[in-house]
Amino acid sequence: MATETMTSTVDGSAGGYRPTATLTFRTELRRQASRRRTQLSLGFMVLLPLVILLAFEFGGGNGSGGGDRGQFAALADIAKSGGLNFALFALLVSASFLLVVVVALFCGDTVASEASWGSLRYLLAVPVPRARLLGSKLLVSLFYSLMSLVLLTGTALLAGTLRYGWHPLRTTVAGDIQPGSAVLRLLGIVAFLAVTLLIVAGLAFLLSVATDAPLGAVGGAVLLQILSGILDQITALGSVRVILPTHYGDAWLGLISNPVQTDDMVKGAIAALAYGALFFGLAWWHFMRKDVVS
Amino acid sequence: MPTALSARLRRALPRPRLTRRRTVAGAVVVAVLVGAVSWAAWPSSPGYRVTSQTITVLTGPDGTTPVSLDTSYYRPDSASAGHPAAAVLLAHGFGGTKDDVASDAKDLASRGYAVLAWTAEGFGRSGGQIHLDSPDWEVKDGQRLIDWLAARPEVRKDGPNDPRVAVVGASYGGGLALMLAGYDRRVDAIVPQITWNDLGNAFLPDATGAGASSGVFKKAWAGIFFTGGAVPTAVPGAGGTGPIPGAGSAGAVPAGADPSCGRFAADLCAAYLSIATTGRATPDQLALLERSSPASILNRIHAPTLLIQGQADSLFPLSEADANARGIAANGTPVRVDWFTGGHDGGTGPQSDQDRNRYLTVQWLDHYLLGKGGTPSNSFTYSRLAGIDANTDSVVALGYSVSGYPGLSGQSSTAVPVAGPPRPAANPPNGTPAAISTVPGLGGGGLASATGGAAQDVPGQHADFYSTPLKSTVDVVGTPSVQVRAANPTGEAVLFVKLYDVDPHSGATLPDGLVAPVHLTGLPASLADARPVTVTLPGIVHQFQAGHLLRVTVATSDQAYLSPPAPTVYQLSVAGGVRLPTVHSAPIASPDLIWRWILVGLAALLAIGIVVAILIGRRRHRHADHSVRADLADVPLVISGLRKEYGDGFVAVSKVDFTVRRGQVVGLLGPNGAGKTTSLRVLMGLTKPTDGDIYVFGHRLVPGAPVLSRLGALVEGPGFLPHLSGLANLQLYWRATGRPLADARLEEALDIAGLGDAVHRRIKTYSHGMKQRLAIAQAMLGLPELLVLDEPTDGLDPPQIAEMRRVLRRYATDGRAVLVSSHLLAEVEQTCTHVVVVHRGTVVADGPVDDIVGDSPSVQFDVSDSAMATEVLNRSGARSVSGEGNGTLIADLDGADRADVVAELVRAGVGVNRVVPRRRLEDAFLSLVGGDTKASGER
Repeated sequence: MATETMTSTVDGSAGGYRPTATLTFRTELRRQASRRRTQLSLGFMVLLPLVILLAFEFGGGNGSGGGDRGQFAALADIAKSGGLNFALFALLVSASFLLVVVVALFCGDTVASEASWGSLRYLLAVPVPRARLLGSKLLVSLFYSLMSLVLLTGTALLAGTLRYGWHPLRTTVAGDIQPGSAVLRLLGIVAFLAVTLLIVAGLAFLLSVATDAPLGAVGGAVLLQILSGILDQITALGSVRVILPTHYGDAWLGLISNPVQTDDMVKGAIAALAYGALFFGLAWWHFMRKDVVS
Repeated sequence: MPTALSARLRRALPRPRLTRRRTVAGAVVVAVLVGAVSWAAWPSSPGYRVTSQTITVLTGPDGTTPVSLDTSYYRPDSASAGHPAAAVLLAHGFGGTKDDVASDAKDLASRGYAVLAWTAEGFGRSGGQIHLDSPDWEVKDGQRLIDWLAARPEVRKDGPNDPRVAVVGASYGGGLALMLAGYDRRVDAIVPQITWNDLGNAFLPDATGAGASSGVFKKAWAGIFFTGGAVPTAVPGAGGTGPIPGAGSAGAVPAGADPSCGRFAADLCAAYLSIATTGRATPDQLALLERSSPASILNRIHAPTLLIQGQADSLFPLSEADANARGIAANGTPVRVDWFTGGHDGGTGPQSDQDRNRYLTVQWLDHYLLGKGGTPSNSFTYSRLAGIDANTDSVVALGYSVSGYPGLSGQSSTAVPVAGPPRPAANPPNGTPAAISTVPGLGGGGLASATGGAAQDVPGQHADFYSTPLKSTVDVVGTPSVQVRAANPTGEAVLFVKLYDVDPHSGATLPDGLVAPVHLTGLPASLADARPVTVTLPGIVHQFQAGHLLRVTVATSDQAYLSPPAPTVYQLSVAGGVRLPTVHSAPIASPDLIWRWILVGLAALLAIGIVVAILIGRRRHRHADHSVRADLADVPLVISGLRKEYGDGFVAVSKVDFTVRRGQVVGLLGPNGAGKTTSLRVLMGLTKPTDGDIYVFGHRLVPGAPVLSRLGALVEGPGFLPHLSGLANLQLYWRATGRPLADARLEEALDIAGLGDAVHRRIKTYSHGMKQRLAIAQAMLGLPELLVLDEPTDGLDPPQIAEMRRVLRRYATDGRAVLVSSHLLAEVEQTCTHVVVVHRGTVVADGPVDDIVGDSPSVQFDVSDSAMATEVLNRSGARSVSGEGNGTLIADLDGADRADVVAELVRAGVGVNRVVPRRRLEDAFLSLVGGDTKASGER
């Protein structure tokens, strides 16, 4: 083994080491991109609209299963009236559960899986500053979450437009919305969903730094989301429900009213930001003090 | 290893120990919870007291008939003779009782008004008969109640027997408010809601303006009204809606009364039966209704009037409020008009409507009774159904405001041509089957009734005339009008004109389900001779969107109205276009607007918070303690007084001190659980020490300290991304350090790992030993000056172990240092230059291996005769001899030559099977650790 001149710097670090250069966004992006779960999740986001499209093409009847579920059934009925409607329908069917699971997967698995593989301690010994490690991991998780949302919407819009054409967005209560305005509204829906999903992201991330079991973090976040959804169904709880994280989950339907109803969306965004800030803050607070023993 | 496992488990599953900190935190949480629950559950003082009593009033045409009225008086706690309160008379709707307005009464009482609610005569527990707000009866009752209020010391007075009082009520109660204000000058303000102007016009409407004498009988509503069936009685803005137990119906008929009249006064009952039978009202009957109609006394109303009318109201449509508004305003009396989306068909409307109506009512009363607040503007406010709130599944209404009341014909108008060839339409015999426009009194604000979704026309019985698709969206506020031409040999026709909004996709909607009934007379037999008649359609607030079509439908029957029984065929056509009234309105800002600012504020706050946190983090890093202890600057590692106590109180390391110098390979030796791994964890910055310091090249080591970059480590086994190849793992790891790739010395590291082509295989497929070698290679990436390896030979086969020893020894030769932990004595002895023995969390021995390992004076003998051998050994100068049974003796020869001692034994005739010299480290290790091989965790 050759002898090297040993360099050192003021802070005692090895030559070439800068805390701000460790585990960059790009590096973490590559680390995560190589994982099956990332590839599968993103792939499924492309696949789902195509599956729905095929179901519409070859399945009997139209979108709704005959059960009357209000807005759901109404939007399913008009899902085939254009690419915009199809994209809206794809969002509707995925918003309440699929996207929640995907976001929980990206954000809940990221730190916990490193802990379970044992690679977390080697990253910390690089040393990647803990705050930086969380920052890079969170940004990459959120990036992939957003990618899922965009891929789903984009694929649905593209596939729907190719199959059903480029028509105004038909709605049950707001009449026809011209394509230009409808695209903006669709973007608004995607943006609102992205903001509300911060709650799941925050919860999953908090669980991720608190446990070594990736499944626990992902499952825990989804479980609590479902629990909140169930509690929200119990009208007897009255005004307590407005503080539930999922209470304003459907507020984006206000964007397909005429004129646009944004009050609930604003409240939903406030709730999402507040919960997100709380969960992410707790995650940071916990991880900065944590004894990493895995 | 059960002992180590249990220790780890204990750490992983912390015992819930009641520390002081936890007790305090728990107490705070419990206190907050208890506080919140009590705050929510504690009965708060309502601020008023309710007295229910029967007040007997002298009423009737000559004011001598005693009638007992069931009343509730809500006296605010703030009111007293010294500080008298303004009063509000709260009247209920038709078929209801004082209990229907209880929530409104409580709301007003908690705002400091003395509220008197009563059950009108003929209803509930009150005595008397129903006279439909007759000036002789119900109005007189109201005047006597004003007298009653005037006698209350806590009610504010404007003069002797003149209390400061407002009358508020909906429907039947609204009619009373108008009538009472007309007959009694003491009334200071009124808020009549969803009520009538002229009962004749309400029940016998004619959309050509011909008047009630030739109107079309509104049979469905009249029936409901008369029998006191399900009537929405709630005051908009507060109470609920719902079916009211029949008050005028047979169920409440007093003994001996006419079962066909219930509690109705005989004259009204007779008039109803006559009108309902013939569909026509005689002048006497119209005069009777006229007495119960504010229309006749509007010029006497001087109390400022807030008129609230519902759009979904086929009983008292917007035109009733319009007539009231114009009549009262003509006196110079302040009038304000508000339209909301509910009504007798639509209920209380969505929450936004209820909130606006309540706000307007309180603002009106506060100003005109208390003088609080500025004069309410005379702007006209209305709301329009916009869609559905997905969260509550209720309709959404948007509020708009127009400066000044524009009336029903709007401020401007748009003419939309409708066309179509003349069409015949059949009048069905006895009006059956009939078209359905709205279901009267559906109540509850059902969307179907609100949007007219239930409208149905009977084929062959109507004529449709369409417009072309609208080029731009038209917001109609007011009464559209259209000219209709009709011909029939009988010279007469009863027709129902409707204006549909046709969505090319989803079909036609009849706004609010409203129709305009017309009774035409003097018709020619041929359409060519027919004169166009202007039909004023019902007042609506509706948005006709661009691309939609207008459809004017002229139908011959409607199930809500009485139409001629004789079958005939009308010739129908529409002349010209539909005039759509519009207004110049501004949206009313939603009170929820505040949330947008909160959102903006929150987002800004979070953005600032994140930036500040990053800046603080950087600053803290820059200003971190970068001082170097000069005396240790060249010493790779100094650990002094290290102590690590876990959160559950378990002490993993109680006191560890040692030093690793350049060129040394230091072995950290100890049994499982001695604290080796915990020490290394602290050294890697994974856990924080409870006490003590670690210096690496003179820099104090804290978690994440930059000096860690000069340290390579393998602790607690390898940690790789299982889905990547070994090579990719090493490359990604190095990339994560952010250091130049050239510094990695990847080739040399791979050489040490010796994995060959296996580095291109995924980690999943690796054996334990392969992973271990790769992990050592990873630790050596960049040739760190201090290499820390935890059990490095774990899983390696003997040739690899031998190779690893050579590598480690060579690694330390050029000024680098290596720290190796192991629980295997032989490994440390053969690999290391120095050794540190740890046991139970403390260092028990420390020094160069040669010093410690050198031959020990102890020798183990396996002999044929233990007793004889012991004797011989003692004789030849052994310091101590101990037997281990089975012919094995351990003797401390104290410097005597082993060969001499063996010769001595043989001479004495003892058979020597084996002579094994013992070594110092082993002695030291075993005597230190003794028979106690328990992990430190078991202490």
